[in-house]
Amino acid sequence: MALIPFSPAQAVVVGLPLRWLFLLIPVAGVACFTWMLARRVAPLLKAAPDPRCDHLGERTLLVLKVWLAQWRHPRYLMAGVLHIVLFLGFLVLGLRSFQLIFLGFMETFTLPGFGGPLGVAYTIAKDYAATAVFLSVVVLAYRRGIVRPARYSVPAKLGQDHTGEALLVLGLIATLLLSESAFEGSLLAAGSHETATPFTLAWACQYLFAGLPLPVLARINLTSYAIHDLSFFYFLCLLPMGKHFHVLTSLFNVAFMRLKPGTVKPVRHGVDDQGLDELQSFGVKHLEDFTWKHLLDFYSCADCGRCSDRCPANHVKRPLSPRFISIKGRDLTYQRYPLFGADQAEAEPLMGGIFSEEEIWSCTTCGACEEECPIGIEYIDKIVDLRRGMVDEGMVPQSLQKPLSALEKRGNPWGKLEKKRADWAAGVGEGFAVKLAEKGDTADTLYFVDSMTSYDDRMQKIAQATARILTRAEVDFMALGKDEKDSGHEVRRYGEEMLFQSLKEQNTEAILESQAKRIVTSDPHAYNALKNDYAGLPPVVHVSEVIAAGVTTGKLRLNPLADPSRTYTYHDPCYLGRHNGMYDAPRVAIDAIPGIKRVEMTGSCRDRAFCCGGGGLGLFYEPEEEQRMGVVRVNQARAAGASVIVTACPFCLTNMEDAIKVAGLEGQMEAIDLCELVDGQLQH
Amino acid sequence: MATQVFALIPHSAGKVDDAALELLSAARAMFPEAAPTALVLGSGPSLADMALEVAASFGEVWSFNQEALAYPNAELIRPLLVKVLPAGALVLLPHSTLGIDLGPGLSVKLGAAYLPDVVGFDGLNGNQLKVVRQEFAGQVSAHVQADLSNGAVITVRSGAFPPALTGSGGGQVVDKSGAAAGLTARRRFLAVVQAEAGDVDITREEVLVAVGRGIGEQDNLALVDDLAKAMGATVCCSRPIVDAKWLDKGRQVGTSGQTVKPKVYLALGISGAFQHLGGLKGNPFVVAINKNPKAPIFQAAQVGVVADLLELLPELTAQLEKSR
Amino acid sequence: MDILVCVKRVPDSAENEISVAAGGADISREDLVYAVNEWDNYAVEEAIQIVEREGGSVTVVALGEADIEESVRREMAMGAEQGLMLVDDRFAGSDGLGVATILQAAVLKGSYDLILTGAQADDGAAQVGGMLAALLDWPFASLVNRIEVTGKTLRIGREIEGGSQELNEIETPCVLSIQTGINEPRYVGLRGIRKVASVEIPVLDSAALGLDAARVGPAAAKVRRVDYFVPVAGVGAEMLTGSTKELATQLVELLKLKGGIN
Repeated sequence: MALIPFSPAQAVVVGLPLRWLFLLIPVAGVACFTWMLARRVAPLLKAAPDPRCDHLGERTLLVLKVWLAQWRHPRYLMAGVLHIVLFLGFLVLGLRSFQLIFLGFMETFTLPGFGGPLGVAYTIAKDYAATAVFLSVVVLAYRRGIVRPARYSVPAKLGQDHTGEALLVLGLIATLLLSESAFEGSLLAAGSHETATPFTLAWACQYLFAGLPLPVLARINLTSYAIHDLSFFYFLCLLPMGKHFHVLTSLFNVAFMRLKPGTVKPVRHGVDDQGLDELQSFGVKHLEDFTWKHLLDFYSCADCGRCSDRCPANHVKRPLSPRFISIKGRDLTYQRYPLFGADQAEAEPLMGGIFSEEEIWSCTTCGACEEECPIGIEYIDKIVDLRRGMVDEGMVPQSLQKPLSALEKRGNPWGKLEKKRADWAAGVGEGFAVKLAEKGDTADTLYFVDSMTSYDDRMQKIAQATARILTRAEVDFMALGKDEKDSGHEVRRYGEEMLFQSLKEQNTEAILESQAKRIVTSDPHAYNALKNDYAGLPPVVHVSEVIAAGVTTGKLRLNPLADPSRTYTYHDPCYLGRHNGMYDAPRVAIDAIPGIKRVEMTGSCRDRAFCCGGGGLGLFYEPEEEQRMGVVRVNQARAAGASVIVTACPFCLTNMEDAIKVAGLEGQMEAIDLCELVDGQLQH
Repeated sequence: MATQVFALIPHSAGKVDDAALELLSAARAMFPEAAPTALVLGSGPSLADMALEVAASFGEVWSFNQEALAYPNAELIRPLLVKVLPAGALVLLPHSTLGIDLGPGLSVKLGAAYLPDVVGFDGLNGNQLKVVRQEFAGQVSAHVQADLSNGAVITVRSGAFPPALTGSGGGQVVDKSGAAAGLTARRRFLAVVQAEAGDVDITREEVLVAVGRGIGEQDNLALVDDLAKAMGATVCCSRPIVDAKWLDKGRQVGTSGQTVKPKVYLALGISGAFQHLGGLKGNPFVVAINKNPKAPIFQAAQVGVVADLLELLPELTAQLEKSR
Repeated sequence: MDILVCVKRVPDSAENEISVAAGGADISREDLVYAVNEWDNYAVEEAIQIVEREGGSVTVVALGEADIEESVRREMAMGAEQGLMLVDDRFAGSDGLGVATILQAAVLKGSYDLILTGAQADDGAAQVGGMLAALLDWPFASLVNRIEVTGKTLRIGREIEGGSQELNEIETPCVLSIQTGINEPRYVGLRGIRKVASVEIPVLDSAALGLDAARVGPAAAKVRRVDYFVPVAGVGAEMLTGSTKELATQLVELLKLKGGIN
């Protein structure tokens, strides 16, 4: 290392050696930052428990993929790529900033191991990183300040626009980059024996400063150092005060992400189903009832708006925007646990104050928000926990009280008679027989029908088609009949945990008693419930898997379509797709029909499928909305050029058929269940 | 039968309600030999006119004209009737919000049997009166027998007994206002807050005209409004109409809307999904008009018409208006 | 304000298909599920809300067989701290007046400022509240859809025809029958009921009530149900045919006949 011509550590101003100041700044900055972190951690320690230190291998992979490789970012290509540049630049430049701190009071300081070729390579890398980040910052500032994408806007009732904060931080980043480059450039200009990495900011500064007298360069060097040092610690202490906290928390947020899809969290971690009766309170009624991970979610939200951009409830203008669940949660946490001063008591109730009842009931738990969040923020568990709190306090809309009461008494949301649960079986047709466990029949496979398909006149056709397909696929199957209760999938997700537990117990007992070796469902909600919410059952498959296997092995042979002119599209039910990753089996089944023309709803298929409006109790809840989700979905199908929407869920089918009527597209659009479609083409 | 039969005459805004003649009709059905006495309570000059009007149909009219009776407060009327009615009186009231307020306590104070919300008559055998009532929101009917030896208070469901013809009474008006002097009660009437316009409660309406998607376009709703006006009915609808924001949510019938218990339900262009029919209770008389002969609504209806609404509605409205 | 709310356990008409048992002596009870009478839920909720505002206590009373306990507990789970069960074989077969007489005895055993009942129950009679008030010689108002406590008196609204509201002032103690829609009853789930599962609920019979058994039961009833029957209903609609004009004429006649013209 060549002798350095000047250094902030040597600088003396008005007789005072600045070395001490440059030592004081980091000490004070780190002290302040540590205090802030401690304050931010305080509510996490008071929050509900959530053991997330398991599956370390899986969590490490998640960190590498979702955090380090920024896996989900390019789903929004422009913003995503810019963020990746920014993120990787930050990682590289973080080291440089660390080194710079020491240079304020040590004339020479090199990070351990960076003395040799690694240091040279690093210098090149950080110079390019700084330049790339700077360019990104310019583009990002232009987007935030001038273009202003809609998803960043803040509705008037939810407070002030967040653009100012975003621009302040972008300005700070630019300041850090420019001051570091000026610092470097001034040194290079003075030394002249080294050249900067070409076409970088430092390189530009070297050229800019070339030929300036040494004292001027020294002043530039000192000034830029001071600016960088102060900006750095200002930025550091700014992070825990707003949305840029994610710079620090996202690593932990991703590391502690939810691992098992499809499920909802238990009422309280560490309390098993038998212990629920002992709990004094259910769900989230106060801020501290959230789990620590959920509070960390609040800290981690970067306000990028992707969740709300993809939220079907938000799209149809229901009073829910997932982004503001996080923002409001964060603001409340900051207000209740201020950085300086005493903790504040609850000024207004969490439910009915911070969050509105309608807001929390508006969610269909479709999971689009969680699929999109680049750093693994959870919404469904929070919504479910808030609902549990409301249910515990009796705050349940009248429109939901009736079906809940019917489910408690009759095991189905309409209060229909138990003994009519298998009435659909009478309509399967001649030559087909449906075995019923209620009559003492036994079979290897149990067809779990669930309430909608059992009782709704229209949806019974799905059950009948399923029965014919299973017969043709040579599956020895039965249904439970009157001993089957609603799977309770939505009961649980609407916050009535005890009723869910009761339904689960009754179904589990009936299923185990039937001695079935596997379970088939035609309802993704039942599928998800039995697979992920229940425990100790035989393996569960969705009927589309049976069909896909049947057409592959040749057990099911399908006739060509009578009318090959129509174009089909497949709508992914949320609880088959996003929550269980089953995207291909239904498509294989459809494509097995000779001559079928199928298109994708590009941009809103598979894990980005737009929810139909929700199932189960969602059919009973009457939200304020400007449009029905189903209508949006039908129009997406139409735009894709399809005239037939194939789905694989009775609730999707109901919502689609209703939406076609509402949109006035009868005769032009049609919705059909996968089982009905396949059944119609079966070779007998 | 020697016992006297009385009917409390309902009136509002200085006019006798049609229900008065339904009470007369019920009285004749149950007690054909009695000449029913009308009880006209109220205040002001219009009372005399109403008493005279009623006298044309009843055997006798007892008129009670007192300031305190200007508004029908059951807590005032009850002690008055207890004071003036003879032992063993048979009192008929409409099963209205006044009848519900007055009847039960009146029966206790008179020591009489109470027969509420009677929809039919099934025989009188000595002291035993047999009537028809409905239970379980109209899902089943019941024969109910009452011992009349100490009189009875009977409230009659509106529409259950077709109004009797007027002019067959020719009774005279007896002024009993004196008996009503100095009435006091521990419940005082203050005011009536009128329902806000547009704030209809279809759950309490007896005649509903329900409109569904079959109406086609929003502009066609005017045809439905005209018909409802001609019938004196209220418009309600199925969910698609609310979704289209053509009508308020408060008018939606169905499991996700209101549960209604009308007497007559005219379903226009409603297919009859069970979500809709789930909101239709109380065994109403359902008339369905639909273009599609296979619409499930025809299973739930008593009378069906396969027709184009746009043609039939104007004709129906015109004939109704002519017939009034 | 100490409030007594009278509740009834009924077959839930929303969740049952009520049919008549053979012979018509009763409805078919097999496959029935029971609930608290819908109107009574509103009455209990209203009582709880009044006590939350004004202080006092809420007691829920029910009359019947041992199975009324579930109903009483459900209403207690809403927030009524006390329950009371009136159980005696001799109560069966009472008419409306008999029920009111039993309730009167229960009221006199305690000390209440206000008694609430549902406006009506499964039999649609809407009678017990008014009868109870008359027996107690307390003022009464039916179909109440608003209650405001103003010292010793209440300002109440009654729902009258056409959706209008009749405002009254009524002195306490009094009896009010509550109309649906006065509030939004809170939800009670299995968890709520389990929470109050161990609360002691006194059970009183006619002796404990100091009630002359001759005043209640079938012998004292002036009114009795003879049988149930199903009104004749057609299978599917009778389809009218003809020209538009003829159809309209037939419809006008039908509507007139069935009371479809107001």
